[in-house]
Amino acid sequence: MEEYKVNKTIKQINEKIKRGEAVVINAEEMVDIVKKEGIVDAAKKVDVVTTGTFGTMCSSGAFINFGHTTPRIKAYKAWLNDVPVYAGLAAVDLFIGATSVKEGDPLNKVHPGNFSYGGGHVIEDLIAKKTLELRVEGYGTDCYPRNSFTKKITIRDLSYATLCNPRNACQNYTCAINTSDKTVYTYMGILKPHMANATYSSAGQLSPLLNDPFYLTIAIGTRILLGGGIGYVAFPGTQHNPNVERTERGIVLSAAGTLACIGDMEKMNPAFVRGASILGYGTSLTIGIGIPIPILNEEIAYFTGIGDEDIYVYIEDYGSDYPQNKEKTYGKVSYKQLKSGYIEINGKRISSSPMSSYFEAIEVAETLKSWIKDKKFLLSEPQEKLPQAKKYKPRKYIRDE
Amino acid sequence: MVSKKVILTFKKEVVDKPIVCELPKEFDLTFNILEAKILPRREGVLIMELIGEEEKLQKGLDYLIQNNVIVEFVEQKIKRDEEKCYHCGICISVCPPEALVIDDKKTMKVSFYPDRCIACGWCVKVCPVKAMSL
Repeated sequence: MEEYKVNKTIKQINEKIKRGEAVVINAEEMVDIVKKEGIVDAAKKVDVVTTGTFGTMCSSGAFINFGHTTPRIKAYKAWLNDVPVYAGLAAVDLFIGATSVKEGDPLNKVHPGNFSYGGGHVIEDLIAKKTLELRVEGYGTDCYPRNSFTKKITIRDLSYATLCNPRNACQNYTCAINTSDKTVYTYMGILKPHMANATYSSAGQLSPLLNDPFYLTIAIGTRILLGGGIGYVAFPGTQHNPNVERTERGIVLSAAGTLACIGDMEKMNPAFVRGASILGYGTSLTIGIGIPIPILNEEIAYFTGIGDEDIYVYIEDYGSDYPQNKEKTYGKVSYKQLKSGYIEINGKRISSSPMSSYFEAIEVAETLKSWIKDKKFLLSEPQEKLPQAKKYKPRKYIRDE
Repeated sequence: MVSKKVILTFKKEVVDKPIVCELPKEFDLTFNILEAKILPRREGVLIMELIGEEEKLQKGLDYLIQNNVIVEFVEQKIKRDEEKCYHCGICISVCPPEALVIDDKKTMKVSFYPDRCIACGWCVKVCPVKAMSL
């Protein structure tokens, strides 16, 4: 194994942060620096690259504890603002799932349904310190005799409120089209028939795991910006799969890596956590996540130097293939092409539009940058690596030295 | 020549009267009907673009108002709550006149041009955070 020319440690970078000397830039700015100065000089110069993503992530939720009542109740069923929450835990612990829909919602009975309020909105309202109605039913036990409990609460009344998202920050995703002859209303937005439009959902060159494609620095225990507060990577996310098709630069072509994220809701900012109503699909949570990548060597500089033109995604049909779970693609397209506003499939020009906000993703990366520059945020040492890609070897994927 | 997109509401009392037909005859205005419907309480709503000389267009609008038609301008009714909008871009694919569009491919900010709006209401339906209203 060849040695790296640049070798830094997280400890050294943290010392520089504390002295106010660390060079911190966002992943968009890193693209140019690597292009102009090369990976070795970029690695010498830059200490931390901040990444960001701001998108709808359904596999999100929150654990809360509403405190013991007098007399005590063991929650059997529970609702927050009429949104059913999961009570199959200890007496006063609840889990709010982002896609849980308010009771009585017509759902898709009149298609496409509006899904105006759900778990994602409950989470947003809690973080925004709004008042919500908590309604709990118990079945009565000798130790928990009470049968029902209703109270107006805010997050301040809760003894515990932790965002706990089983799957966030997918490494890559797909580009969605609709080849059928009717409009479909999907979690990838409205897709018009006969491939009239295409949608995509990733921050591309700014996205955390696309800047660390082999999970060399993003690991279990990584301190991150989660919903405008501080959070942590708790574990690999559900469906984390490092052994997928990759480009010669090591960039994945599908969702691949994912992160389970956890953080204290009380310190989050509602500007970075938004309840979402996806027409015809359901409710969800849109959240901003920013992850710092320490530039420990030139290989990490290389990976953070990727631009939208280097990142490709498969085009999939959400009109019939995706719902039927058929594996078929309509080719690949780069984020640079997608962001230009149109793509071409079989010679047909199709307008493309995003689902996740690049504009806010920059805001996330810049916020994290300012925290580090202001010495408010130090990098954490990884506790354990995420499941690694079998094919990875150091330096193997570096192409343009 | 100027153009204005208007939302005309015809109360029950005037819904069956021929009023709009006077606009091309008396005021030399061209119009393009974007939507026309009768609501359950026999109230008519007509969304149209009016094109003509500025002075005549104003006279035409005055004529409508004199005949008890409620006149509203589309560009004043369509609103984006800038606090709520987070520039995801979901609305772009459903906005036929490109009133919502990403011009700046670097920032990917969604630009909003109310004067292009044709009041179809799709952005209102599709916006995940209800930032659009009409």
